[in-house]
Amino acid sequence: MLDCGLDMTSTLNFLPLPLVQSPRLSKLPGWVLKDGSTFLDKELKECSGHVFVDSVPEFCLPETELLDLSTVDVILISNYHCMMALPYITEYTGFAGTVYATEPTVQIGRLLMEELVNSIERVPKAQSASMWKNKEVQRLLPAPLKDAVEVSMWRKCYTMPEVNAALSKIQLVGYSQKIELFGAVQVTPLSSGYALGSSNWIIQSHYEKVSYVSGSSLLTTHPQPMDQASLKNSDVLILTGLTQIPTANPDGMVGEFCSNLAMTVRNGGNVLVPCYPSGVIYDLLECLYQYIDSAGLSNVPFYFISPVANSSLEFSQIFAEWLCHNKQTKVYLPEPPFPHAELIQTNKLKHYPSIHGDFSNDFKQPCVVFTGHPSLRFGDVVHFMELWGKSSLNTVIFTEPDFSYLDALAPYQPLAMKCVYCPIDTRLNFIQVSKLLKEVQPLHVVCPEQYTQPPPTQAHRTDLMIDCQPPPMSYRRAEVLTLPYKRRYEKIEIMPELADSLVPLEIKPGISLATVSAVLHTKDNKHVLQLPPKPPQPPASKKRKRVSDDVPECKPLKPLLSGSIPVDQFVQTLEKHGFSDVKVEDTAKGHIVLLQEAETLIQIEEDSTHIICDNDEPLRVKLRDLVLKFLQKF
Amino acid sequence: MALSKPWFVERSRRRFAMTRECGLLLLVPAPDGVRSGEHLRVIRQDRNPGSDPLFSGLFSAHTRSLDPSVELLQNNPCLTEFITSVLAMPEPNPSILSFTLRLAGILAASESRFQHLQQEKLLARLFGADGPLNSTLWEDASVRSGWVKGVHRMAQHQPALHFLCNGGGLDVVFSLQGDPSLFVASAASKLLVHMLTFSVESETTKPLTTMDCDWPACAQMIIKHIEDSLRSRSASHIEQSLKLLTSVFGSCRAMWTAVLWSGVAKQVESFLTEETVQVQHMLASLLLNVAWSPVFCDTEGSIWPLVTSALEHLTPVQAGPLAAGLLRFYKCPQDVRIQALTVLLQPMDCILRAASQPLEHAGLLDESVSDPTTLESLLCSKSSCVSLLCQTLARLEELLSLARSRVDLPHASLLRALMTLLQFCNGFLSPASPLGSTISRILINCFRVQRSALGVLAALSERKGCDALIESLFEVLLAYLESPNTSPTVLKKTFQATSRWLVHLQEPSCSNSQQQHTEKILKDVFLVLQKHLCSPCWEVRDSSLEFLAVLIDRLKDRDEFRQSLLSSAVPRLTENLLEDPESYVRASAVTAVGHLAFITHFAPESPVVGNQYNKENTVAKLQEILSTDTEGFPRRAVISVFTEWLTQGCTAQLEDTEQFVSRVIQTVEQDLDWEVRLRGLELVSIFCSQTISRLGRPECPYAPVPSKVTKSINPIELLQIFCRAKLFGFLFRSLCDCDRPVAQRACDILIILEGHFYPIRHLKESQMTANPAGGQGIAWLQRTLRQGSLAQNFPTDGDNGVDFQDAESMMLALGTIDFIEIHDEVNKSSAHVEESPQSLLQDILATVGTVEDNEVDCY
Repeated sequence: MLDCGLDMTSTLNFLPLPLVQSPRLSKLPGWVLKDGSTFLDKELKECSGHVFVDSVPEFCLPETELLDLSTVDVILISNYHCMMALPYITEYTGFAGTVYATEPTVQIGRLLMEELVNSIERVPKAQSASMWKNKEVQRLLPAPLKDAVEVSMWRKCYTMPEVNAALSKIQLVGYSQKIELFGAVQVTPLSSGYALGSSNWIIQSHYEKVSYVSGSSLLTTHPQPMDQASLKNSDVLILTGLTQIPTANPDGMVGEFCSNLAMTVRNGGNVLVPCYPSGVIYDLLECLYQYIDSAGLSNVPFYFISPVANSSLEFSQIFAEWLCHNKQTKVYLPEPPFPHAELIQTNKLKHYPSIHGDFSNDFKQPCVVFTGHPSLRFGDVVHFMELWGKSSLNTVIFTEPDFSYLDALAPYQPLAMKCVYCPIDTRLNFIQVSKLLKEVQPLHVVCPEQYTQPPPTQAHRTDLMIDCQPPPMSYRRAEVLTLPYKRRYEKIEIMPELADSLVPLEIKPGISLATVSAVLHTKDNKHVLQLPPKPPQPPASKKRKRVSDDVPECKPLKPLLSGSIPVDQFVQTLEKHGFSDVKVEDTAKGHIVLLQEAETLIQIEEDSTHIICDNDEPLRVKLRDLVLKFLQKF
Repeated sequence: MALSKPWFVERSRRRFAMTRECGLLLLVPAPDGVRSGEHLRVIRQDRNPGSDPLFSGLFSAHTRSLDPSVELLQNNPCLTEFITSVLAMPEPNPSILSFTLRLAGILAASESRFQHLQQEKLLARLFGADGPLNSTLWEDASVRSGWVKGVHRMAQHQPALHFLCNGGGLDVVFSLQGDPSLFVASAASKLLVHMLTFSVESETTKPLTTMDCDWPACAQMIIKHIEDSLRSRSASHIEQSLKLLTSVFGSCRAMWTAVLWSGVAKQVESFLTEETVQVQHMLASLLLNVAWSPVFCDTEGSIWPLVTSALEHLTPVQAGPLAAGLLRFYKCPQDVRIQALTVLLQPMDCILRAASQPLEHAGLLDESVSDPTTLESLLCSKSSCVSLLCQTLARLEELLSLARSRVDLPHASLLRALMTLLQFCNGFLSPASPLGSTISRILINCFRVQRSALGVLAALSERKGCDALIESLFEVLLAYLESPNTSPTVLKKTFQATSRWLVHLQEPSCSNSQQQHTEKILKDVFLVLQKHLCSPCWEVRDSSLEFLAVLIDRLKDRDEFRQSLLSSAVPRLTENLLEDPESYVRASAVTAVGHLAFITHFAPESPVVGNQYNKENTVAKLQEILSTDTEGFPRRAVISVFTEWLTQGCTAQLEDTEQFVSRVIQTVEQDLDWEVRLRGLELVSIFCSQTISRLGRPECPYAPVPSKVTKSINPIELLQIFCRAKLFGFLFRSLCDCDRPVAQRACDILIILEGHFYPIRHLKESQMTANPAGGQGIAWLQRTLRQGSLAQNFPTDGDNGVDFQDAESMMLALGTIDFIEIHDEVNKSSAHVEESPQSLLQDILATVGTVEDNEVDCY
């Protein structure tokens, strides 16, 4: 199984979970059906024309119907964003396999899960809505609830014990480490350049190679650069995890982010940045580190609020081997690889586990707050949205591309604060993919259907699709695809004793052949040729031979013949041996040599020679021997 | 670090032209006993002197300045000895041989010296078959180059032409046209042009006609070579001849060129449709030069049909330069002009059509000149599409920038095409045709095309007929301004185009309906400008400030502009940027704040806005930058702003102008940046002229326009104002400034002051008589200032120094010092003595035998 991401967009259908009682949210009117029915008014609330579920947010799980997940042997994880559904799989499906991931992926993935669990668990909700999920009821609801897919499968958030149990099933791997899977294939993680520890995977046998390219980046950010060379010579390249905002250049967006941030603060407003506790935030802090002095923002406090803020900032500094070269070299100076250490030392950046406690004492405005969750449905961000939403001096800047910012803002409407959408997605765009594919030249590309056509909202942008030859094979949800290659060869090992007994015969310069008589031993998808057992000794007793002692009978083999018969020389040879009436006829496949007096035909073709004579065995043998003189035996 | 050349060779590159004195120094035995030709000996011994163009220039200038007679060689046998000795060398250094060839050519440029060298049998050994032509040295490009240049120098008289034509030299030149060294090939081509022109013009006795065409022998050979090459099937030979013809028609406008053209025109025409030999790319320049020649343009029916045919047959890339050139030519017939315009606009027409549904927009053109499919195929390939569009746009911008262009461009359609193109480039346009889709795919995020299109868009702002599209135009411009994907260079161009169109929008000629949109547009512009002023990219902040400064400069008198600007956060953000870490941005911020002050501080009803700086704070902040900023650009910007304020009469609103100028001068005169000091002198100059204009004596009682003098005061009182402003100390110190422009400007101002206070020369002369020390000029003043001896000659306030604040002393100084002489002195290069050619030649002699020692002692 390649990755197990969690679709969190389902949470956008729910009301936010405020940390403190929100009069505004609690006063939202219940939703009433067109016919005036009010049976859903406890579950569904209406806010500025949108309907939300008033319940603990639920998540859309990976597809479980198509495949029995208990039969999955291995899960390969690409990056920490692609493992958020892991507890649902390892703890609920009977999964008994192994999960492979790099160490930063596991550690930061744990932080993301911990933050998610913490954000939801600390705001317990008294009620749980389920009536609206009834299919009959659901079709009466307004969009987007009406169109939500498989709502019955939506699940509440997992718990920390489940997270710990899931993570305990992960086996850590390093870049370029080769891992044997049951002898059938070898898997290798490669740096994908997207996030700390993010990987692409090579899955290969001795003669086939499949590359799985997930979230990858060619930009120079903090992680190790993408390993492209190892992707070459792939039979199939499975491509996914491209940028979600192909029209947004990350550099331009960072500039936009900084400009809007500075503009807001200079006008006396606060800036709220809903974000994940790891990933782009490191780059943003680095960018701000260079920018705040020059922009005259030295006195503006930057707050990073997350239950895992401290761990995230510290983890980033210790994963030196997973960082880009520049940051690695800093470690040896020794300096912290990320400049946010200095921001913390100089008190420009302060981090807190939550808004409670120290933060409320230190809080000064105007300020910049980085906090989660980007969906604006849970986490400390909900508090700041409620607090700052009423003033047009404040700005919320969306940098994570996973959620539609308009949908995220819907339950906060009407909103006076400014909203800026600066999605920073460093993953591959279509131009980069095109160059990558030209570089690594896979025989076939397999990708989601969405990548093979322009985005629905920009149908004219034919540049926003994968352009490669041959055209990519596309797949859609729940579609079963046969990858376009066949396993035609297997590698077989020959035991040294057997190899020693072989006598190769050179049939052409550089090509030698030998006949092999051996026993093929197959175990764990490994094939070994071993010496055949010695011929059975004559039975010492007259006991009946047991079936288990029965070994294959090795008959002496006739030699194999090779080569071709030059007709002219063969005729000369026949004449030398007393055949005077030799005639040669050309046929479509070869020649027929006719010995008229002996009433014999010698039919010479590319792959066979027949001697046809009437019951004259000595003649046949004589002719056979003459033919064999022209052929090689081994 | 050791260099390959002696140090004086490097140094000499910066030196002045040769003078006659130099020439004499070069060849005449020096008084100290160095014999004539010593320089040549030094050169011959030097390892690699000939590759330096200095020597060629040196001798060329020298021989031009000397007597062209043969006596030069006779009196200076070292010259022929030098050539002979080089030729006698078994394996001369190629550089020395090259130099020798050029030297011989220069010497042989005079007919008498040519004969002398012939008698010495040197020319055949240099330029004939016995020369380096047949030696291995010929493989060295420097030798071939020296040969061609030598021949070019020599071919200034008929004997030289005959020598070349009869001795096989011309064939060598023909072959050198295809030389692998581009320098040699180019020189050979130039030589042939010269020989042809010179031969025809010096050897024909009666005008040539097509009927009676008796070319001189040399010209005959060259023309035959051209005609033969054109008839050959060799593309390289044809190209060489076409290049030659292009140069001939480009440089020579004599009537005989018509005869030459009549002989080759048919052949040239055939190349338009020739498919086996691809030389079409050479034809545009040739035809343009022919068309531009007065010999052809007045004759009806000669060149124009061929030009028309070329416009039809050449590809759009090839025809573009021809079309653009024709449109600049005012004598071009109207029908050809229309056709050229059609060719030029065709790519834009194609863009317009590709973007729209059939029949939705009429496009730019009614019909096309060439096959539209050719153009479409060019636009469908990324490299050719971008290149063709950029070339077309550059030509259109050039045409639009011509003040008196006679080209009737369809401005509205062109604007629509440009907007379409810009929308293709940012992916905002959904094309309706397959061609449009392909072009769109190619152009998205293509910065080159964006920049070029915005350049044309800006140029189009001054043309009429576009008002109906202004609203859509600003939508496109704002989309570019707002997009985070716009690169800094494209953004700068967008700002330039936006400012031009905003200015246009405010012009009375613009329709009222358009002006109604102004408020909305300005609001949007200032909103996006706020964001860019906070950009982390300094280039963006810089171009935003430049844009703002331009807008204020052009629109500060418009109410709606002022209101929009002041109601935005732009003024405050601009003031913040005075502290920017990037010096360019600080400089631009200073300029913008300076302009902003005209609205916020100096306008009759200056509004109260929430800026951090009031009038006094702004001045104080700028003065702080002037005195403390570590970079020159912001300081230069401050002094320019102050000068502008003074010019506009705004400083009077700040404080007493005298005090203001005085304080600025005291800061500026300490500045290490000479441009700041120079700009400070501009401020002084304006202050002086304004004060004199206001309080000085009336300039001319008979002037038609009454003088601005409101109250005339006596000269001493006037000088007292200048003295209080501490102006003279700055001016006199500036006279001794180590940077010449500063000294020159100070001297100019003092001459103007002298002219005001001593309008009649004899008054001044009487002062000089009374004070003879004043005539010693700047050297005296410089010495005196440095040594404090000035006090001995000028009345002082009791100290030994000059009191620059004493009006009477200054009056005396103005009357005593000969500023004209000082002016002449400072106009000379500060290093004119050391850098004179005489100095160079003395250096050469001085290095005899010491080259090795000096090799490391270089710059």
